[in-house]
Amino acid sequence: MSQWYMLTLVGQDRPGIVARLTTALYQAGCNLGETSMLRLGGNFTVMMMVEAPGDDASLRALLAPVVEALHLALHIDPIEGRLHHRPVPDVSILVHGADRAGIVSEVTTRAAQAGLNILDLESDVGGTEQQPIYILQIQGVATQGIAALAAALSPLQAQGVKVDVRAVDTLIG
Amino acid sequence: MAVREILRYPDARLRQVSSAVTRFDADFQARVDDLEQTRLAGPGAVGIAAPQIGWFERVLVVDVSTRKNTPNHGHLILVNPEISEWDGYSVGREGCLSVPDYTGNVIRAEKIRLQALDRHGQTLAFDMQGFEARAVQHELDHLDGLLFLDRLVSRRQDLFPRKVYK
Repeated sequence: MSQWYMLTLVGQDRPGIVARLTTALYQAGCNLGETSMLRLGGNFTVMMMVEAPGDDASLRALLAPVVEALHLALHIDPIEGRLHHRPVPDVSILVHGADRAGIVSEVTTRAAQAGLNILDLESDVGGTEQQPIYILQIQGVATQGIAALAAALSPLQAQGVKVDVRAVDTLIG
Repeated sequence: MAVREILRYPDARLRQVSSAVTRFDADFQARVDDLEQTRLAGPGAVGIAAPQIGWFERVLVVDVSTRKNTPNHGHLILVNPEISEWDGYSVGREGCLSVPDYTGNVIRAEKIRLQALDRHGQTLAFDMQGFEARAVQHELDHLDGLLFLDRLVSRRQDLFPRKVYK
């Protein structure tokens, strides 16, 4: 009987992390579900759904050689798979401005109060070290409508943050 | 009229190029009706192409007239459609009856000039834009064995400098 797990792995970025991890899993009879793997600063981060034939101890043991060789931190949680029930986003939010503490907190708190269910959020720090800029991109479901969301976020513009709330029209054909 | 089974990716038949319609007989009319019935039975589809029901001729249905604030030409049955001009481009989110439980970003021309025949073989010509133009491009791809999956762009793409897409 197989079980789904969420694996979280973090380490200093270097070539070959994904190849070595996924090869070890494949050779042990595991199956991957949805994953997110990306570089954040100088770190490489992996979150992946893994369907494994054994328990979490055996999963940890089979990954141990790769985790030790690449100096990765590994965290394992048993989860429910729940694939094939994907919500479709109907709103996209783009925020950018001079970097300062609190932008994500302010945007997401206002958005949550206006009914936003976040499906995907990514944020980046660009610009120079002297003048960093912050870029935040969110896709989600506006459970109280897009107008309510736009109204809740527009006051942030007065604080020098550019906020753009756009409807996402998904074409099914 | 009947609701037909929708072919689903990775069914290899979705990859074949469909041939031009040459006969507008009773059998053809019945197939067109089945195509439309099948579209209406799907979850909110604004279009459907004949290959999606295993009919490999160049026929599609597009109807975005039920959407608010969407420029459109009404309910369209398009036979042997051809796009002769493309202008501009935009990123939009698409899904497909033949690809359940997945949607993704695709770049399409913003405006197109389209020639086609109607279901009786009469010539049609349209200048289309926005959502309707996107729907036609999505459906026309099916006639050439292409799916929106073939044209996916990164979800991070939106902030990148944009290049003209051909």
